[in-house]
Amino acid sequence: MSEVIVITSGKGGVGKTTTTANLGVGLAMRGKKVVLIDTDTGLRNLDLLLGLENRIMYDLIDVTEGRVLYKKALVRHKKYESLFLLPTSQVRDKMAVNPEQLVKLCEEMREEYDYILIDCPAGIEQGFKTAIAGADCAIVVTMPEISAVRDADKIIGELGRAEKENIKLVVNRIRPQMVKKGDMLDMDDINDILSIKCIGQVPDDEMVVTSTNRGEPVVSNEGSQAGQAYRNIVGRICGEDIPFMEFPEEGFFTKLKRVFGH
Amino acid sequence: MMLDALMKIFGKTERSSREIARDRLKVVLIHDRANVSPEVMEHLRDDIIKVISNYMEINQQDMEISLANDEDSVALVANIPVQKMKHSSKTDN
Repeated sequence: MSEVIVITSGKGGVGKTTTTANLGVGLAMRGKKVVLIDTDTGLRNLDLLLGLENRIMYDLIDVTEGRVLYKKALVRHKKYESLFLLPTSQVRDKMAVNPEQLVKLCEEMREEYDYILIDCPAGIEQGFKTAIAGADCAIVVTMPEISAVRDADKIIGELGRAEKENIKLVVNRIRPQMVKKGDMLDMDDINDILSIKCIGQVPDDEMVVTSTNRGEPVVSNEGSQAGQAYRNIVGRICGEDIPFMEFPEEGFFTKLKRVFGH
Repeated sequence: MMLDALMKIFGKTERSSREIARDRLKVVLIHDRANVSPEVMEHLRDDIIKVISNYMEINQQDMEISLANDEDSVALVANIPVQKMKHSSKTDN
């Protein structure tokens, strides 16, 4: 049984592409056959996050316009051999693909892959409508920040209008110390406001930056809290019942390091 | 400043920014979700007139319908001048 999941958010910069890369790698680490489709035409980045930017030959537009078969355009990941990327064009724009083309492509891919993850562009315009067209379910990524939550609510409304009822929420970049001090919304607040089932909360973790620098998604990093959070989300996508992680107290040495500016 | 400091000393802490964010979001989302475009308000006005006209004659020119935004809630406020009560209400149409 294959599943087409669109990762969307409305607002830009909340971590759609990071989430897509991490869930893709996480699912592949479990041996699932996964294809990631970048639909952010003109502003592609999923290739960079996966470290595959130098291996692109063809793109999504070459496929939808019939120049090559999709299998020829897929880039296989170096390390996780069941993970494939279908990059998009960096020179064309969002109008280069239409919803029908993407629906057809997803239907073809279903026969070969367990999971098809679609990285959606920011906004609620045509690019968004195209990205969600073929999806069975949506993961809405948001951040504990009022503008990101408001945009998430708008996106949830748009998904409803498009008759996409299976929607799950990921709250990204939580800073537990700020939550503890009463200076940041937490997962329960956002859950309460949006009334959408939450399948993950990801702490703001410097290792996300360092791993992105290397083109290796943090989900494969055993020592990272964000990595653990992504592994938990992957487990929940696979149907496992995993309790939400508690964020540990900031240790004495971490505090000391912060005081001395390291 | 002085007042803030005094309030803190006497244990009257101000609302956390988290609570403020939560309350502001709840209100703004009521508006966003209601999608109160002028057309929607116009439809609502017409429907209200239709129902009320079964019971009384009203001054349609002077009536006012609006969504009032309070600090932590949203209310539908209608001010409808009544000109005449009808003797028997038409509830059967």
